[in-house]
Amino acid sequence: MLDALARFGRHGMAALERFGRAHLLFLQIVAGITSLLPRPGLLVTQTYSVGVRTIVIVTVSGLFVGMVLSLQGYYVLSQFAAEDSLGVMVAASLVRELGPVVTALLFAGRAGSALTAEIGLMKATEQLSGLEMMAVDPVRRILTPRFFAGLISMPVLAVLFSAIGALGGYFVGVGLLGVDDGAFWSQMQAKIDWNEDVINGVIKSLVFGLVCTWIALFQGYDSVPTSEGVSRATTRTVVHSALAVLVLDFVLTAMMFGE
Amino acid sequence: MSGHSGSAEAPIVKIRGLHFAHGSRVIFDGIDIDIPRGRVTAIMGPSGTGKTTLLKLIGGQLRPDAGSIEVDGIDVHRLSRRDLFRLRMRMGMLFQSGALLTDIDVFENVAYPLREHTDLPESMIRVLVLMKLEAVGLRGAHDLMPAELSGGMARRVALARAIALDPMMVMYDEPFTGQDPISMGVLAKLIRRLNDAVQITSILVSHDVEETSAIADLVYVISGGKVVERGTPDQLSISTSDQVRQFMRGLPDGPMRFHYEAPPLVEDLLGSGRKP
Repeated sequence: MLDALARFGRHGMAALERFGRAHLLFLQIVAGITSLLPRPGLLVTQTYSVGVRTIVIVTVSGLFVGMVLSLQGYYVLSQFAAEDSLGVMVAASLVRELGPVVTALLFAGRAGSALTAEIGLMKATEQLSGLEMMAVDPVRRILTPRFFAGLISMPVLAVLFSAIGALGGYFVGVGLLGVDDGAFWSQMQAKIDWNEDVINGVIKSLVFGLVCTWIALFQGYDSVPTSEGVSRATTRTVVHSALAVLVLDFVLTAMMFGE
Repeated sequence: MSGHSGSAEAPIVKIRGLHFAHGSRVIFDGIDIDIPRGRVTAIMGPSGTGKTTLLKLIGGQLRPDAGSIEVDGIDVHRLSRRDLFRLRMRMGMLFQSGALLTDIDVFENVAYPLREHTDLPESMIRVLVLMKLEAVGLRGAHDLMPAELSGGMARRVALARAIALDPMMVMYDEPFTGQDPISMGVLAKLIRRLNDAVQITSILVSHDVEETSAIADLVYVISGGKVVERGTPDQLSISTSDQVRQFMRGLPDGPMRFHYEAPPLVEDLLGSGRKP
């Protein structure tokens, strides 16, 4: 019994310590912006690697999510003879929820895991130590550009996801199911509010971008420098990011749209 | 902090009363080491004695539990991060794995410290990089990626990178491990030649007795957290110390145990059947 309690205590302390290390690393990463500003090329390279390379999966997923939304929405709305509201339903679902959330989950799976594996392997192959010994701060040189690249990329990807999703919804709703073209777009335009819906969605994706990239970088930087350690860290990135996104989504939704 | 603060005779690295432990495992139990300037000093000892740890302590990547390490008259572990980085710009380190950045080619790897720490024009960087690569015999490999290099070539590129900023000393972490005889010979000659050509100080951590003895001016043998012996390779070869003789001749029996501490074999074999 006492042993179990001691074990529990040790795990708790270790988790608390990790939590503290993650926050210290976050502060170091953000402070690194001073060295990033004179070298914007680093940010551009990483934005390409983190953001541009995630476009394909986001685009394809957005298209199919929009199509499914339209299909499901049509069957529900048609029971109340409200098919003309299909555009609003698809767009609101995408802009408020599915755009930021699904993009963040995809981002964690594609870019987040890649970031963790990259940083973890750099640690395992002594590249980070090598930088330290060359008097180059690996946090500022390696982590900071990747962090801001993730922060910039996520809202753009989420907007892209929503836009492509709306088009997917249009193809199915108007093209296949026969919803009126004008009603689809005009209702969407009339009912989707710029601040309430679009800006809130962008704020959500900014928060998700920050959290997912932070988790990915911390997991890589804090990983045990072995193949098993890097593998575990990569898994943790995806699991922790997914949980963080879903919990934060609830909190943000309650704050933004709750009465 | 610029220039050498000590006299020509003063050791470039002065370690006093160094204690360091990984958890409950004691790595160094109060060692004193002096690394003379402009010479090749080898730190030798069996695997797991903390030779690489010693280099990390000298480079300020690890902090000692007690004792002091001075590099060029500066106490490494009392420096701010900024000053430590300034000091590191005058140190080069060759990692066991090479530690080349895998997403850039050989040329860019060698140019990396120059781009990071100087404002030299591109034409000058090109000349310097090609000169460093020529020194290690790999000028022709400047456009290869690290994945295209053999282990020996990767270490030579890493050596070119380590000397890119013309440091006052270079630390070599097991440069001969896993090398074929030709690469080993080439690397050994390179280390000696670089040392003699520009009067750089070389600290060589290795357990390859033959290669290291051939190029070292001074050898420290470390075992069990202590400095067991210090002397020239010739002095060590006729040492009367059992530990030094065992290590230099590669004998299985002696004061340095081959087996990790364990209960008697019979006890384990006839034990409860659980994993020991």
